[in-house]
Amino acid sequence: MSPFWIDLIIILIKVIVVIGALLGGVVVMVVVERRGAGFIQERLGPNRVGPWGWLQPIADGIKLFFKEEFVPAQAHKLLYLAAPAFFMFIAFVTFAVIPFGDKIELFGRTIQLQIADVNIGILYIFAFASLGIYGIVIGGWASNNKFSLMGGVRSAAQMISYEVALGLSIIGVLMIGQSLRLNDIIGVQTQYWSYLPRWNIFIQPLGFLIFLIAAIAEVNRIPFDLCEAEQELVVGYQVEYGSMKFAMYYLGEYANLITFSALIVVLFFGGWHIPWIEGLTIHPLLLALLQVGAFVVKVFAFLWFFVWVRWTFPRFRYDQLMRFGWLVLLPLAIFNILATGVVMVLIP
Amino acid sequence: MADEVKEILTERMVINFGPSHPATHGVFRNILELDGERILDAEVEIGFLHSGFEKLGEHRTYNQFITIADRMNYLSPLSNDIGYALAVEKLLGIEVPPRCQYIRAIMCELNRIADHLVSVGMHAVDIGAMTVFLYAYKQREIIYDILEFVTGSRMNNSYPRVGGLVSDVPEGFEEKVKDFADHFLHTVDDIERLLTRNRIWVDRNKGIGAITPEEAISWGLTGPILRAAGVERDIRKAEPYSSYDHFDFEIPVGVRGDSYDRYLVRMEEMRQSNRIIQQAIANLPGGEVNVDDPKIILPPKERVYHSIEGLIHHFKLIMEEHGFQTPKGEIYSATEVPNGELGFFIISDGTNKPYRIHVRAPSFINYSVFPQLVKGHMISDVVAIISSLNIIAGELDR
Repeated sequence: MSPFWIDLIIILIKVIVVIGALLGGVVVMVVVERRGAGFIQERLGPNRVGPWGWLQPIADGIKLFFKEEFVPAQAHKLLYLAAPAFFMFIAFVTFAVIPFGDKIELFGRTIQLQIADVNIGILYIFAFASLGIYGIVIGGWASNNKFSLMGGVRSAAQMISYEVALGLSIIGVLMIGQSLRLNDIIGVQTQYWSYLPRWNIFIQPLGFLIFLIAAIAEVNRIPFDLCEAEQELVVGYQVEYGSMKFAMYYLGEYANLITFSALIVVLFFGGWHIPWIEGLTIHPLLLALLQVGAFVVKVFAFLWFFVWVRWTFPRFRYDQLMRFGWLVLLPLAIFNILATGVVMVLIP
Repeated sequence: MADEVKEILTERMVINFGPSHPATHGVFRNILELDGERILDAEVEIGFLHSGFEKLGEHRTYNQFITIADRMNYLSPLSNDIGYALAVEKLLGIEVPPRCQYIRAIMCELNRIADHLVSVGMHAVDIGAMTVFLYAYKQREIIYDILEFVTGSRMNNSYPRVGGLVSDVPEGFEEKVKDFADHFLHTVDDIERLLTRNRIWVDRNKGIGAITPEEAISWGLTGPILRAAGVERDIRKAEPYSSYDHFDFEIPVGVRGDSYDRYLVRMEEMRQSNRIIQQAIANLPGGEVNVDDPKIILPPKERVYHSIEGLIHHFKLIMEEHGFQTPKGEIYSATEVPNGELGFFIISDGTNKPYRIHVRAPSFINYSVFPQLVKGHMISDVVAIISSLNIIAGELDR
């Protein structure tokens, strides 16, 4: 076999593994979210299907799969059907550039544990994450329902406002990493100051905070879930969606959540890096496995954080959300860039 | 360049907020006219749950109406029952023994706490804080266990009767209530910690649906909504009934009359109700619970089986077209139920059935101010206003 075909097969395997892992992550998240809600709210949560309710997502999936495919009479049929598919597609594609482990040597080949090592990884993620909004806006418009339209419009305004803060908050990290490639950003974080690992969280705490808040807004969760807002807009853009079309939105949302958790880990918490492990002598393959494990653990820590936030806070109002985004987060993000620049000039 | 920009034509949007909407908690319809997210005009439509409760009362004896009275406000059925029983007792000119009055006060306050828990919980869930709602429901469940223990049912308790109660409280009642009252305030503190100083919660509620004291009085508002506006009126203090003058409690009042103050007033009322319960349990008098009048209260079973008078009294009260008769006249009697002043206006023509019953339902009168409150606010504020008014559709439409 020519090297081209081997490379193709390796990439295909990686794609399948990552998509499988993402879908698996979504399934786990459905349980974690619902059992976690039960834990926080002093109740049981779903515990009927399978041991501790772990088969609940499968039961949900079967139910949604067998539901009637229904299209509202006045809906724009093509866009109505295309919107959830587009939303889910974007959510899954975004994950492609996230590195989930270091390079490994296998059968004399160096394999990067990442689907695509793009030198503008950050830009890629932002470009695709912004596209996801089209799924929501188009779905909201095509349903021909006033509530869903309002959900879509709210969502568009929210995304634009928070994307600005989100983008500016990581400029500091990029200045330190001197690269847009996610592997380079992790590479910087694997170094040490005496004993402390050089994770960006220690250098960019403000940037991290802004990124975290804006990320919650990006994935449309409480306190920023204005486009759903069950009690105001019923469920906003999803109101006319049922069966697998609804499931696609659902999958997409959780996939987005996982992507953003992974991004937080990569940008601020050293990605797959395990601190102080370099001193130990471990078989390289085992080390790679441990690093992938560490990455997954870090990602799930943030997923749990998102669950925790969701079941603790009330929801913002539309205008308050806008004010917070433009008048608090944006100036802070700009200040963060300025401060980072000044410090970098003073301490080379 | 500026000349080329055409003015964007906008249209007003009319949306149906209800009758089936997650935030209406019952069936009533709000027709909102929107400019973007801002509400220009609101119109309400009620009557979806009209069940003819008042009319039903004309065909039932006085005691039979109790089962209907508790179906009006299904969150505080006992308060309704007791309010109705007090109205008929006023018509008859009788007063129940002190033990009965204390038990009624305890039951009313337990119901008030249960109602406020749901009200605050719903308010929180409408703003998006679902956990608060479930914390509240856990405590409400304990109250409902106590109510079930005493009355035999969780909702629609039908516990009081004209002239007393169906039966005295069972053994172990005092310990259960005391245990609840001792531990309940933890939950109030928990909810306060989650909401009272939460910036999002404060921003969402402060200044929303505000009403001045003068306006509140002229609209006839009562209960926590009136008190949140700063008017210190509580029928339990102003015209005490059921021995409320024996207890030491305060009337919390607000300053701004907005959703936030309504929330604070409800939270403080729960603490005060807890105080009343503790005092009432500590000083619960002994003795009979029913008035000593066989013309009104069913005689005990031993007397029915072993004495001719007992049998005749039983027969006279139970059989069709019998029951006790009230003197001719009209009576209005009001009690302080969780969401305001619940009044019963009864016209008696001297028979065993009322000629006409009219209910002054607090939800109905409190809801009338809704269109005025929401005007100029945003659509997200509608949910805060509806849930802080605590409209119960069963009572609204009767």
